Amino acid sequence: MAYSDKLIDHYQNPKNVGTLNKAEKNVGTGLVGAPECGDVMRLQIQVDDATGVITDAKFKTFGCGSAIASSSLATEWLKGKSIDEAITVDNMDFVEELNLPPVKIHCSVLAEDAIKAAINDYRAKNGMELFKFEESVVH
Amino acid sequence: MLKLPIYLDNNATTPMDPRVFEAMTPYFLEDFGNAASRNHPFGWKAEEAVDYAREQVAKLIGADPKEIIFTSGATEADNLGIKGVFEMYAQKGNHIITATTEHKAVLDTCKHIEKLGGEVTYLQVKPDGMIDLAALEAAIKPTTILISLMWANNEIGTVLPMKEISAIAKKHGVLLFTDATQVVGKIPVNVNADGIDLMAFSAHKMYGPKGVGALYVRRKNPRVKVTAQIDGGGHERGMRSGTLNVPGIVGFGKACEIAMQDMAEDTARISIMRDKLETELMKLEEAYINGSTSSRLPHVTNISFKHVEGEGLLMGFNKNIALSSGSACTSASLEPSYVLKALGLGDDLAHSSLRFGLGRFTTDEQIDYTIKAISDTVIRLREMSPLWEMYKEGIDLNSIEWAAH
Repeated sequence: MAYSDKLIDHYQNPKNVGTLNKAEKNVGTGLVGAPECGDVMRLQIQVDDATGVITDAKFKTFGCGSAIASSSLATEWLKGKSIDEAITVDNMDFVEELNLPPVKIHCSVLAEDAIKAAINDYRAKNGMELFKFEESVVH
Repeated sequence: MLKLPIYLDNNATTPMDPRVFEAMTPYFLEDFGNAASRNHPFGWKAEEAVDYAREQVAKLIGADPKEIIFTSGATEADNLGIKGVFEMYAQKGNHIITATTEHKAVLDTCKHIEKLGGEVTYLQVKPDGMIDLAALEAAIKPTTILISLMWANNEIGTVLPMKEISAIAKKHGVLLFTDATQVVGKIPVNVNADGIDLMAFSAHKMYGPKGVGALYVRRKNPRVKVTAQIDGGGHERGMRSGTLNVPGIVGFGKACEIAMQDMAEDTARISIMRDKLETELMKLEEAYINGSTSSRLPHVTNISFKHVEGEGLLMGFNKNIALSSGSACTSASLEPSYVLKALGLGDDLAHSSLRFGLGRFTTDEQIDYTIKAISDTVIRLREMSPLWEMYKEGIDLNSIEWAAH
């Protein structure tokens, strides 16, 4: 299976690997996946309370190259986006950008789930109503 | 000089030895005859070549040439051995004993037999991949006709004590079939001393060509028979019809001859490299060897690097190093290796495993390169693994309620 150059680059030189202080009120953390499924993604966002813009994003991922690349790409996309823009990121965006093969679609779903989980964690911490998301279709 | 890419997936297949290739070449072109053509020199020449190869193959395993049935490979030999016994001995019984860690060629054949009305017992293995011999004996019933246990496991290299298993089989008058694909040509095999009744093996795992294998079928004490699974011209004494793959068989014979001649030297050299690779990689934190280390093939090791995922790990160096992982992130099921799970490994460790299969053409330089490449990648990926971070913070990963994905 040949992977796209973009995917390999994200895997070789991942952007925004790291940890934000999850105790901070303006940090939202999404931890999705499970070790027994072979991938766990932790995506964190730091939000400017006044503007609602994501000022920083970090990830750590246990998983295959596609999962690592999807999370790296997610952090790049999130930085500078408002929460409202961020919730519109769709798993197919990852599939297209990284040219993920069909067997790796679940990695894109996981990345989308991680974004949503991080946003809702931020919203919960700040007393905001949680976004209701449809169940992911691909498992 | 270091030669890249490095091939360390010799349990999947081996490169062909140039000496084997050389022996085969005439049989593609000038000596193309059908070994079953009795009435002209082309046929005679092909038959002579097959006879000679049959002797070479038989000699390696201590058998009589008449006990060798050439097949298209070990999968076909597994099918013929198990289904052939099931059909031939239907009047005696319908029960077969095997193990959960067998190759799919055996497991799927057994499933097929269950559909035909047979009964199959799948023995669990111990955490080191070995069979509990008492449990094996306890599983034998009056209807048991066959024990089918692989000599060495293809994923972890664990070698089963065939002599002891054979003694149990003999005591109860049950036939013993073994898938010896990973063993023949690698460690000494003697069907008489080891007490084997039927044995499947393949050329391409021992530096021979793909598409040719054999089933050994004992002719004396006891005389074993199998019902043919491929009908036709009655080749191979009626047990396997089909025009013989003469160049393949010639290559198989040559590969056996070379194995016999080089085995001791190969093993000594390869096991030193395997041990070095293993020792160096085990210096990494949270690395675990899967399967027995005391009863194991000399060229195999299977190691789990906790908190990194196998396929992600492979991507770090798979341009330059060919390896297999027990993780199956590419399959729709996301199920990791059933062999590793049968050892009782958690899914996390099963997902974190790499299988190393060294071979005749592996060099010291390649092993040094591999040690460094893998160590660097494990460390790099752990830096970006949330599980590693949690482990380092002392968080019990089992205490976390993971979102089902």
